[in-house]
Amino acid sequence: MKAKTQDAKISPKGSVVPAMAPPVIPLKDRHLNFGGKWEYAPSPEDARAYPIAPRHELFINGKFVAPASGTYFPSINPATEEQLTEIAEANAADVDAAVRAARRAYDRVWGKMPARERGKYLYRIARIIQEKARELAVLETIDGGKPIKESRDVDLPLVAAHFFYYAGWADKLKYAFPGKTPRPLGVAGQIIPWNFPLLMAAWKLAPALACGNTVVLKPAETTSLTALRLAQIFQEAGLPEGVVNLVTGAGATGAAIVNHPDINKIAFTGSTEVGKLIARAVAGSRKHLTLELGGKAANIIFEDAPLDQAVEGVIAGIYFNQGHVCCAGSRLLVQEGVYARVVKKLRDRIQTLRVGNPLDKNTDIGAINSAGQLAKIRELVQSGLDEGATLQQTQCALPARGFWYPPSFLTGVTHAHRVAQEEIFGPVLSVMTFRTPEEALERANNTPYGLSAGIWTDKGSKIFKMAAKLNAGVIWANCYNKFDPASPFGGYKESGFGREGGLPGLAAYCRLD
Amino acid sequence: MMKASALVGKRPESMRFHAPLVPTIDQIMVEERANAFTKRSLKTSAKLAGLKMAVSMCDLTTLEGKDTPGKVAYLCRKAVQPIEAKYGVPPCAAVCVYPNLVKPARVFLGPNSPVKIAAVATGFPSGQYPLRTKLEEVRRTVADGADEIDMVIDRGAFLAGEHARMFDEIAATKQACGAAHLKVILETGELVTYDNVRLASDIAMRAGGDFIKTSTGKVSPAATLPVTLVMLEAIRDHFFATGVRIGMKPAGGIRTAKQALAYLVMVKETLGDDWLTPDLFRIGASSLVTDLLMQIVKCSEANYQAADYFSLP
Repeated sequence: MKAKTQDAKISPKGSVVPAMAPPVIPLKDRHLNFGGKWEYAPSPEDARAYPIAPRHELFINGKFVAPASGTYFPSINPATEEQLTEIAEANAADVDAAVRAARRAYDRVWGKMPARERGKYLYRIARIIQEKARELAVLETIDGGKPIKESRDVDLPLVAAHFFYYAGWADKLKYAFPGKTPRPLGVAGQIIPWNFPLLMAAWKLAPALACGNTVVLKPAETTSLTALRLAQIFQEAGLPEGVVNLVTGAGATGAAIVNHPDINKIAFTGSTEVGKLIARAVAGSRKHLTLELGGKAANIIFEDAPLDQAVEGVIAGIYFNQGHVCCAGSRLLVQEGVYARVVKKLRDRIQTLRVGNPLDKNTDIGAINSAGQLAKIRELVQSGLDEGATLQQTQCALPARGFWYPPSFLTGVTHAHRVAQEEIFGPVLSVMTFRTPEEALERANNTPYGLSAGIWTDKGSKIFKMAAKLNAGVIWANCYNKFDPASPFGGYKESGFGREGGLPGLAAYCRLD
Repeated sequence: MMKASALVGKRPESMRFHAPLVPTIDQIMVEERANAFTKRSLKTSAKLAGLKMAVSMCDLTTLEGKDTPGKVAYLCRKAVQPIEAKYGVPPCAAVCVYPNLVKPARVFLGPNSPVKIAAVATGFPSGQYPLRTKLEEVRRTVADGADEIDMVIDRGAFLAGEHARMFDEIAATKQACGAAHLKVILETGELVTYDNVRLASDIAMRAGGDFIKTSTGKVSPAATLPVTLVMLEAIRDHFFATGVRIGMKPAGGIRTAKQALAYLVMVKETLGDDWLTPDLFRIGASSLVTDLLMQIVKCSEANYQAADYFSLP
């Protein structure tokens, strides 16, 4: 076009040439084209530098020991379905040995140790975690399927931050709760989930140890490797024997911890279903209990919201860690006036999400953690389709082996649909609409869960008004999935009770007389 | 059933009610999103392709009081052939100079050069001049042979709330450009807030700018990733609303290949493949090209060459 008009332009008198009109693309062709014009080459983190032992034992009384059960179960890489190693399965006798070691360490060493000395151990552990962050991130990604970008930039920095934060409290405990004298509870039994294996271990271990408790911890059966690597870090840090004991295994191992008579406190993060079983089992005993369970959070977008940033928040809310997040913003509530625009933006945005090899530094969405979880996601999405919802997905090729599910969202969803009520725990968003702030509140609170919520609006007063009435433990305004060790985290209703993080997280591991 | 628009009848467009369409921008999330583009890891083939693409999008710039025809000649030669032909590096998109140096640049480049001549005009860099002289400057610069005019908006008018005046000046400048392309410099470092950047982008596009450009390079901060993201999102919304693809030019402060690649990643993942072309994306820079070339040679020969091996612009 320019070449055609070149001569006219250089006309000596600078005579007026009509202004150049740009081409107008017809309405039907006005879409963004996220094709392969400039493909990113593979950029995988090299995992060969960190070999994985063929067998992993239990960690009891400061040593790695073979299980009394004599049995081992395989642990696979969910991105390839290849076996990584085999892991000891702890039975009731193993759990008992771990609890006895923890009790001994509590009575003889850890419970009596001056708090400032305990703090030194925690600082040392935090520093070693920082030094080994890359190795731990790679291991987390291989074992659990989450993208290396997230394990490197989110999980590991937070893990270290939690140890640093509670290390700081150790020698200031007597000032933490004015007028009260915090004392440790004794032996804590901690059972953690597979979605943030190392981070959940840090959330549980750091405050427990800072307060002077000793611990028997069970990682999830699909993701034990980083917790076991953490045990080596405890050895390296010289943590006294028996202060932390790791028993690996599945539900039966967890039940043995919950039912052990010499445990003073149970802390569980996982499904609401199992949480209810634990609450029943602990009822009537003297065990303290905190539960952090499921969620079905509402992410609420008002008409006056910064829409492009709200869409980023929706993406962060539901597709972070493949949606394996208890506080995931899995219900999107959009005010009707901007519904069409938000859905269009969302549709475009998910096309740029990269699904694939979790070790590739450009991967946004990794592998689903297990075959069982993948089946559950598929079943729930199918129920949504059967009930009349419309499915939108990222158009991308999925690897032939491993467990994969593309980023998805369902429109045309009502509260009567299972996908609006049940926790999918996968990269699947249910989109619904509302008209007024009151209706948004009503719909957001219309769930048995109450873990988290998001509010998107340009109006500060609306944020405070909504936040005061939302039944959720964590509420994010104009952001989502932000974590800090100083900020308490926990739920209402069937999302559990007790708080982790901050001062309330410390209180959960103390007797306050 | 009768459509509402039919009931309104022939009422002029300006009389109909339009809810404000300029969206607000959240600072924290837009900065976080912009930062995410720097996390893309570009290796091997992707890196080399990206580096060459970045060269082809460069507006090689010299905007100094001491510029001479001799200096512009160097710049033009560098733009036409950035490095030895064996590396297969495309020419730069344009040279960007002051109006008085357009004529010498045209002499060096000839009438049908693949390298365009862009000239800053309208009282660059402040824009604090009467409209009449600004338009005369544009007309003369185009007549001297400029393919593209990089105008500055009247930031004073914008910040005083005189958006209509800013709009009218851009529209008039577009008319004065004739066949030349118009890039509208917002000078985002003086607009300060992202909300202002978005509003100014919308005004510039609606008034007829072919490109919107962040900065003159004379004010700090110049181009940043989040400011560019806000402008790219404005371009996207304008495209959906009107069907017109507006170009984007971050300028100033982009000195390293790594920075340039982050901008390309942002364009790719915000506007898609259609904008990955010098027709719709430019980078205004002077020292950037040398770093791009050093990286290109490194990709080809697996080790870095000393700066002495790269020609000065």
